Amino acid sequence: MTDASHVLAALDTVRDPELDEPITTLGFVAFCAVSQDGVAEVRLRLPTYFCAPNFAFLMVADAYDAVSAVDGVARTDVVLEDHFASDQINDGVAARAGFTQVFHGEAVEELGQLRAAFLRKAVLAGTDRVCRPLLTAGAAAEDLAGMVLGEVPASADLDRLRSRRTELGLPAEDDAPLLLDPATGAAIGAEALPLHLRRARITRISLEANAVSCRDLFAQRYRSSLGDPEPIARPDRVGALGLP
Amino acid sequence: MYEKNGEKYYVVDSHMHYWNAARDNWVPGAEQYAKGWIECFHAYQGLGPAETHWPIEKFQKYSEGDLMKDVFEDGYVDKAIFQPTYLKEWYAEGFNTTERNAILAEKYPGKFILNTRWDPREGDAGLKRLEENVKRYGCKGVKLYTAEWRNGSRGWTLKDPEASRYLEKCQELGIRNIHVHKGPTIWPLDKDAFDVSDVDQAATSFPALNFIVEHVGLPRIEDFCFMATQEPNVYAGLSVVIGGLMHARPRFFAKVMGELLFWVGEDKMTFGSDYAIWEPKWQIEGLVDWNYPGDEFSDYPRVTTATKKKILGLNAAKLYDIEVPIDYQLQDQAGRQEAAVGVSEVEAPA
Repeated sequence: MTDASHVLAALDTVRDPELDEPITTLGFVAFCAVSQDGVAEVRLRLPTYFCAPNFAFLMVADAYDAVSAVDGVARTDVVLEDHFASDQINDGVAARAGFTQVFHGEAVEELGQLRAAFLRKAVLAGTDRVCRPLLTAGAAAEDLAGMVLGEVPASADLDRLRSRRTELGLPAEDDAPLLLDPATGAAIGAEALPLHLRRARITRISLEANAVSCRDLFAQRYRSSLGDPEPIARPDRVGALGLP
Repeated sequence: MYEKNGEKYYVVDSHMHYWNAARDNWVPGAEQYAKGWIECFHAYQGLGPAETHWPIEKFQKYSEGDLMKDVFEDGYVDKAIFQPTYLKEWYAEGFNTTERNAILAEKYPGKFILNTRWDPREGDAGLKRLEENVKRYGCKGVKLYTAEWRNGSRGWTLKDPEASRYLEKCQELGIRNIHVHKGPTIWPLDKDAFDVSDVDQAATSFPALNFIVEHVGLPRIEDFCFMATQEPNVYAGLSVVIGGLMHARPRFFAKVMGELLFWVGEDKMTFGSDYAIWEPKWQIEGLVDWNYPGDEFSDYPRVTTATKKKILGLNAAKLYDIEVPIDYQLQDQAGRQEAAVGVSEVEAPA
């Protein structure tokens, strides 16, 4: 039988595209349950009432898709709570409507471009996460220009970088260059290297600073403990969140 | 003014408000937005020190007395710049209008600089209103909020051709400083509402205007910094950076400041408390005491007393032609100032 832990595992794969972090570790999953007849119910909440509606829509739609794909789930209900566009987004996602349909007259395109733009930011941020330990360990910046991914010691950050590059259609195998332009896929030469590393660093700082601010605002909004909230939606804690 | 360890700081609070978000100002039918907006602001206040938090009732509508005490008596501020935010779809008399700010500006001469605003969707009537406001209040700056909702539209960008007409009008009227606040909504909604490329375009087209990007483009400081480094007339408004990070997230505050000092530079960063989200006192005291916490920040530009004096007031004073008492100026700046005065005195008769 499918239980909430399977649904939570599926939700672990859904990321806030703007922060490049799973919605589960960000605490955005407020409730998650599966009934005996396979109806999955998920409730999401965000740090503010006015969080950007395009990213909110992506998270709700991605959650819907991920949960619907879980074995044994017959029906999926994903509800975004406490947001200015909750009704529009919830109804639209439930009806499998696209963003331009849901926000008819207010949107020109689906959200693929937006998602790709933020994946490129995630690649840049991930580049800093992978390169900074190498630089700290004494590698010269010039050394990085000629390196391929296979020469970098294995780490979770490296796996994450490969995964984001793959999603963007960028090379991610062992023989792929460590440093490349996420927009074009071209390798970064020695001349462009200092600026590229600076860009990677500020992009990482930006994403991480936004993530802590979102956590802080979320904690203020829902009065949970301030600081980095532990993942809220682990199975052993779901009961406390209202599992029937 | 603020004094610490013998150093004197002239303080310009370049981004603050006098709002009314009380229940009786909520537009019928739009109550949820009016409530959601002020509750969101109130959550931001929670990121400051606990002893500076206010109950929501006071936060919705604070008094003239609160503002004068928090900003000038306790808050060290010499000159405060009112930045209006209208939001008339949600707040009947507006959230924080030019007129509301003008009540205080007129009552306390010399304390405030009164900025106004415009919205390109208001067409010719808006241009006329801008001109009237500038004539009536002598405004030298405007605050633009691109995510303002209006008649079913959820925002606009500086790339809109209508916006150029307004920027031209600003030049004609003698407005020099354009404060821009981005996000979280825009038309079309599928685009990133925080994107700053429209500011880039406007700054290139209007080199005589200064563009102060409030909240340093947060949550897109990387985009903002790449843009600001290429545009000599783009500035970083620090409101929210100090209020939202310095106390709650000191290590991230240090990283963000380091990046801003590297990309934008200390001559183009301006302090703003964002009052009444946060009181200026703790922000000013904290910034003057602040430095990088440890070695991992060693490749960022150094922070000196001069850096802090510029950020806290001298940079904004230049943008707004505010006269800074000589012992609050930088020493070499004061020297140059004296020389310049000397020259003009000699030249005046000719």
